[in-house]
Amino acid sequence: MAPWYLKFAWRDSRGSRRRMLLYMSSMVLGVAALVSINSFGDNLRNAIDREAETLLGADLSFESSRPFPEEIESVIDSLGGLQSRRISFSSMTYFKRTDDVRLSTVRAQEQGFPYYGAIETDPPEAATTFLTGKNALVDGTLMSQFDAAVGDSIRIGTISYRIAGKLIQTPRETAAIMLFSPRVYIPLAHLDESLLQAGSRADYEVYFRFPEGRDADAIVENLLPRLREAQVRTDTVEEEKEGWDRSLTNLYRFLSLVGFMSLLLGSLGVASSVHVYVRQRIRTVAILRCFGSRTWSTFSVYLIQAIGMGLIGAVFGSLLGLAIQASLPLVLGDFLPVSVDFSLSWSAVWLGSGIGLGVTVLFALLPLLVVKDVSPLLALRADLEADIRGQKSRLWWLVTIAIGLSVSVFAIIQSPTLKIGLGYSLSLLVVFGALAVVAKTMIRLLKNHTPTKLSYVTRQGIANLFRPHNQTLIMTLALGMGTFLIATILLSQNSLLKQMSLVAEGDRPNLVFFDIQSNQADGVEEELERKNLPVLARVPIVSMRISGINGTTISSMRADTTRKLSWAYRREYRSSYREGLTDSEVLIAGVMEPRVNPDTVDLIPVSIEEGIAGMLDVSLGDTVSFDIQGIEMDTRISSIRTVDWHRIQTNFYFIFPVGVLEEAPQFNVVLTRTETESESAAVQSAIVRRYANVSAIDISLVMNVFDAIFSRIAFIVRFMSLFTIITGLIVLSGAVLISRFQRIEESVLLKTIGASRSQVLRIMFVEYIALGTLAAAAGIILALGGGWALSTFVFEIDFVVPTLQLIGLVVFEVLMTLTIGLLNSRGVYAKKPLEVLRAEV
Amino acid sequence: MSAVLSVSHLSKTFPSGDKIITVLSDISFDLDEGDTCTIVGPSGSGKTTLLGLSAGLDDPSAGTVVLCGHNLGNLSEDERSSVRNKHVGFVFQTFRLIPTLTALENVMVPGELRGNKEVRQIALDLLDRVGLSDRTHHYPAQLSGGEQQRVGLARAFVNRPSILFADEPTGNLDAETGDAVIELLFDLNRTSGTTLVLVTHDMELTARTGRILGLKGGKIISDTALEPLVNPLQEISSGLG
Repeated sequence: MAPWYLKFAWRDSRGSRRRMLLYMSSMVLGVAALVSINSFGDNLRNAIDREAETLLGADLSFESSRPFPEEIESVIDSLGGLQSRRISFSSMTYFKRTDDVRLSTVRAQEQGFPYYGAIETDPPEAATTFLTGKNALVDGTLMSQFDAAVGDSIRIGTISYRIAGKLIQTPRETAAIMLFSPRVYIPLAHLDESLLQAGSRADYEVYFRFPEGRDADAIVENLLPRLREAQVRTDTVEEEKEGWDRSLTNLYRFLSLVGFMSLLLGSLGVASSVHVYVRQRIRTVAILRCFGSRTWSTFSVYLIQAIGMGLIGAVFGSLLGLAIQASLPLVLGDFLPVSVDFSLSWSAVWLGSGIGLGVTVLFALLPLLVVKDVSPLLALRADLEADIRGQKSRLWWLVTIAIGLSVSVFAIIQSPTLKIGLGYSLSLLVVFGALAVVAKTMIRLLKNHTPTKLSYVTRQGIANLFRPHNQTLIMTLALGMGTFLIATILLSQNSLLKQMSLVAEGDRPNLVFFDIQSNQADGVEEELERKNLPVLARVPIVSMRISGINGTTISSMRADTTRKLSWAYRREYRSSYREGLTDSEVLIAGVMEPRVNPDTVDLIPVSIEEGIAGMLDVSLGDTVSFDIQGIEMDTRISSIRTVDWHRIQTNFYFIFPVGVLEEAPQFNVVLTRTETESESAAVQSAIVRRYANVSAIDISLVMNVFDAIFSRIAFIVRFMSLFTIITGLIVLSGAVLISRFQRIEESVLLKTIGASRSQVLRIMFVEYIALGTLAAAAGIILALGGGWALSTFVFEIDFVVPTLQLIGLVVFEVLMTLTIGLLNSRGVYAKKPLEVLRAEV
Repeated sequence: MSAVLSVSHLSKTFPSGDKIITVLSDISFDLDEGDTCTIVGPSGSGKTTLLGLSAGLDDPSAGTVVLCGHNLGNLSEDERSSVRNKHVGFVFQTFRLIPTLTALENVMVPGELRGNKEVRQIALDLLDRVGLSDRTHHYPAQLSGGEQQRVGLARAFVNRPSILFADEPTGNLDAETGDAVIELLFDLNRTSGTTLVLVTHDMELTARTGRILGLKGGKIISDTALEPLVNPLQEISSGLG
């Protein structure tokens, strides 16, 4: 025989089951978010495992920013297998029909690659036929941008190519990567070699396919010292897989944490509903206690109901999660390297529903603890009811700590590092706390300072937000959190875009020509003058690497396994030479030598940027040795500068004095300013026609790319924020339902004393509009604070408020609140007084 | 005959701001098996508080209550619950039925709490006895006030309690319905030999009990033993029974 409390829990739920389902449904979306994201994550991992080889397209690759030196060429020869070469670089693509140019990433490749997977094109056969002559595959977005079609001509360098097909998917690249710089594939055999002059930036790649049984990772391990010495990077299937695994795991963990936020809000909604539900059951509890029910048995009745609600919520949430999972590839597709098939992940279902159930029950425990303290005397004395309050007992604190711990543990498990996990928990606490403070302050202001001059209908509508058992705060939290997320991303996007447009305001440069050979620089300036455009700067650039610091070589530092070298030691530096500072620099230490005669000094005095000096751990007087394309040069740090990196300007980590680098292989950058996009397009086209190797980038292009990327990220954030907003609306439905009887009573009373139906309805309108505005305003106030802090302290830019968009967000939320509120109030105001007198709560 | 309820030197005080309010002061009395007793007094005299303390629903500030041999002061909250479940029945002025349970389920609650497997049949018999055999599956909201109180009576007797506490059992009923409920109460009391403690303002009801404790200002001001009035209707109904 089942224990009585099990039977009683079932019987007691009669008449409330539909209401309980609604309470519970506020956590359904949170579980759905977790299940869908984790299940999708599992599918994604499986897809990456299954298609690991296609991620790289080969068993092994070598890459270098310079042509492979002789000794590496011999290594490549000795490795055997199938081999395919590719050279990647940035260059202007010239669309002949429309006379347009666009900076693109050109991949000049041989037959063979990819050995695994395929380049997907439209038409499909173009993926292989383009190699047979002067043909090109062009990124689809680029083709639509310039209205190009298969069969049109483009020119890269001095060579013209026929567009053989549109690129859809390529190994190692996602749609999002292509947004940064569109891809153009051409045959290596038909590459204009003049584009690869000394100083130009290019990646030289070789791809290997080995017979079955050869271990690419072992080969790399064996060759690593020699490859490192020659600054050759390697990639194996395993490394590529690990890289994608890591970044995609971070992506779906991030989404999972956003989903978890929705679960937390939903659980708060459940807790809030349970709180009201338990209040309505106090009398029953007292009667049970009177007739001899023990404390924990009575508590068990309601705990069982909460567990039941949680279980049902977990099942529904999991089912919904699996349905949502099917839509995730549409949301995240641009960021994925492989297509992800739908399959059921039981581990994700167990994880999502387990966490959902656990968190819901933990949150429900707090209001349930009241049951434990109900005195049987309440059955005897009606006047004692109002005195029942959740005491902050030791058990209350224990449950609260358990909630805090479980949230933190989940965050830590889902985060890449302990620090990030703790940071997330703390941020969550701060955001929830701040939102609660903002919401409470606004509620208090509204409560105490509603102007008495307002009409009765308006005052009553606002006063309804504070009726007993109201859930105004929790709804403000849930709806406000969604608004906060959406508004913060909106504010960041607008501030960053504004900053980008600001950097090119006034007479600052907004168009940059680069990869200009020394003998072309005068010609470029001539073209600019012909178009009446100013030459705002002409800057020589020399590529170099650091070979040693204070007498210790980078190779020996690398050999020291106890030391982890940052990118600052390994990167290629683009340095320049000039006599003094530019207006974006400030000297903070030492003296900047304007010019030197290298024959008269042992160490060349150089100026270093403050940040990189910190990363390299060097200061004034320290020596830095450079490998300048094969020539060793020892320098001494004679000055340290700060640089304002936000400007469109040629900024450098190292500045050499005049008189040292003039003879080194170099290219030039020329900065100018155009007033219109057509002026910019015309001059780019003219210069690229004259000097095919010269590339250009203008601020509008940067802004467009940034906007496109940010819009995709914003889409994902909006998608995830929807979970919290819908959770808020479900909490609202629950709240309206909880107060249904009270609302009926109020309505009947108002009607009895002469209110018209229209007045009763208007009171309800005012209530929901006030609630929606309150929630949206709380979220936006917090977002304004957060957005300002991000702009000021993280991005270090001016804070921009897109007023109209924010107003649009508020209007959307108010309309949603009003709609949901009215839908759930149907019938409430049509009740006859007599029905109310007979009704049970 | 051993005392079913023994109250000695019972006091109850409440802090109220800086003051201490004394609700009950030095109350002592004993009730034996089958006794009937009414507690009377004006509003605020401490009647309901005395009833609650006697049933172990609250802790006294001083004094002792021994209920069916158990000194309630020595028991924990749950132990007191257990004593109530075994020995005590309650009838409330506002019926206190659980709105989500049917009439039958409401009557079964004390028996189910006790784990009594026969409780369903006992409850059905009791509902039959109070004249509600055709209303067993109705919810409280579907019953009239008199019917609800009859369900309350059946529930009070389902565990065959040694003592029944009734707080204004007719307070929410009209005179006619109240009379019928009183008849049932005394009938059940008589047939089960239960000690009965009533709190009421109803003088007619008072007159039917064997003892009247008069309270005023938290003190017993009178303790009167009576020859209970026998209602002619009761004789008729018991004769028929």
